[in-house]
Amino acid sequence: MLLHSTITSQQLFGQLLVGLINGSFYALLSLGLAVIFGMLGIVNFAHGALYMLGAYVALFLLRELSLSYWVALVVGPLVVGTVGALLQRTLLRRLAGLDPLYGLLLTFGVALVIQGAFENFFGASGSPYPIPVQLSGAQNLGFMILPNYRLWVISFSLAVCLSTWLVVEKTKLGAYLRAATENPALVQAFGINVPRMIMLTYAFGAALAALGGVLAAPIYQVRPGMGAELVSVVFAVVVIGGMGSILGSIITGFALGLIEGITKVFYPEASSTVVFVIMAGVLLLKPAGLFGKTA
Amino acid sequence: MAASQVVRGTFAPGKAVVSAVLALIALVLMLAPLVIYPVFVMQALCFALFACAFNLLLGYAGLLSFGHAMFLGSAGYICAHGVKEWGLEPLAAVLIGAGAAAAIGLFAGVLAVRRQGIYFAMITVAFSQMIYFYCLQAQFTHGEDGITNAQPGKLLGIVNLSDSTNMYYFVVAGTVFGFWMIYRTVNSPFGDVLKAIRENEPRAISLGYRVDQYKLAAFVISAALAGLAGGLKALVAQNASLTDVSFSTSGEVVLMTLLGGMGTLSGPVVGAFLIVFMKFFLSGLGQWVTVIQGLIFVICVLLFPRGIVGGLERLAKWSL
Repeated sequence: MLLHSTITSQQLFGQLLVGLINGSFYALLSLGLAVIFGMLGIVNFAHGALYMLGAYVALFLLRELSLSYWVALVVGPLVVGTVGALLQRTLLRRLAGLDPLYGLLLTFGVALVIQGAFENFFGASGSPYPIPVQLSGAQNLGFMILPNYRLWVISFSLAVCLSTWLVVEKTKLGAYLRAATENPALVQAFGINVPRMIMLTYAFGAALAALGGVLAAPIYQVRPGMGAELVSVVFAVVVIGGMGSILGSIITGFALGLIEGITKVFYPEASSTVVFVIMAGVLLLKPAGLFGKTA
Repeated sequence: MAASQVVRGTFAPGKAVVSAVLALIALVLMLAPLVIYPVFVMQALCFALFACAFNLLLGYAGLLSFGHAMFLGSAGYICAHGVKEWGLEPLAAVLIGAGAAAAIGLFAGVLAVRRQGIYFAMITVAFSQMIYFYCLQAQFTHGEDGITNAQPGKLLGIVNLSDSTNMYYFVVAGTVFGFWMIYRTVNSPFGDVLKAIRENEPRAISLGYRVDQYKLAAFVISAALAGLAGGLKALVAQNASLTDVSFSTSGEVVLMTLLGGMGTLSGPVVGAFLIVFMKFFLSGLGQWVTVIQGLIFVICVLLFPRGIVGGLERLAKWSL
């Protein structure tokens, strides 16, 4: 394998960058899944569809209303968050007290409806979304070329992830949230509107997915299938990290993105399966996940 | 799961009734190709076996696998490859496919049973995605094209399965064998332990059952039978493609079982026939079929979590 020994630093850092970009999306999505799981106790199978919805809101704003990327960055999560709130209010709430598997089945059905409808209207092929002018261009770092937009995606999603962690772990609101996760009845008795909190938590998780979708739009094509492909990897990420910890899902997300990037350089055939192989290893050694508390 | 609540209030129908119903089903299966397009019935039978194998896990052991397409699809690939490239006898090819599915099931099962509930579901999703990517890249699967024109050849060197009538009775025999295996498993002491685990896992552990081993055994049986369905399906279609190993197929089998009634013996069969029927007749609608499937999911979960057969059982107070 002579080819592999002549990897240029350009190639290596290029793939590491791609890995970090993917890691940003893994982190944003698995963070949303973890937040929703913590509060509602369900796996949100509609997460990929909500991510895709975010990207399409951005596309719609640009094409139909000529509104820029920066508007989409705010409006996309707001719109999808509202969709999420409605979903929770009208459908998911009816499943309270049932086996959490019903929540999984319901959100899977919702994902099919959203994705199928978009495939009908937009076809399976993708639409390009331009990089905003303020972020076009690239930095030459000497050892590699770093496109500005990619730098933005990595730093912005990292910032969003860390602020979510800060809010949940360090603020009063976060304390309510954690308390309601532990014992909703008691928190309700203290006069906090727990059902509304649950609704807003789901909306927030949906908004995080949509934010990921808007960030992804200029990098990948905007396609109805974009979320469904990502979400199975995100599930593996969540199993590896364990859903108990918010910081854990952020770290796992970025780390697995990087590992995927490195694999692409040294053994490209395995790059699409490496995350699943790691998942198998983690299940063998630490079934609760790297950051999980109990099995 | 909620399906279990149905079983308690029901009692098994008498032996005479069972024999009469089985005889009626046999008669219908024998005569069906005269009335209905046989390929449709064969497809539906394969999916029905697939759904019953899946329901063995969900309905009786309480384990939701969201990656069962990995068994259907990989067995299909191996069976099609066997008859086409190795010139294998079709029954042998089907059995090798089912064996391969069981092996994959053993590997995935050992790891998956270490977690419960939704984690179990996510792990099975991830493993089936891994198999999907493997099938996309491997040489023998021919990537996006799939294995096409896999002629089934002669059963035991005698019966030509290229003849659609012969093929029909071969598929009926194969799927009936699969249903019988599932019936025996569910109504065995082993099946009772599975139901005990579903109802109350800590209690089953405290009674001294090695729960993980029971779950693993159920997982492997389910994988092997899903593989049997996959092999038969590949012979019927004379091809194997990525669709059969994809996430959407994994979702479809969940839908069939949910619609028909999980934890019932005949529910998945009813669900499979309805979904295959729907796809057959609505194929002109393109992706709207996906939307309709999604809506059925939502409606079933919210309004009929027991499914069609589960609901009938409740009305008739009979275990169907």
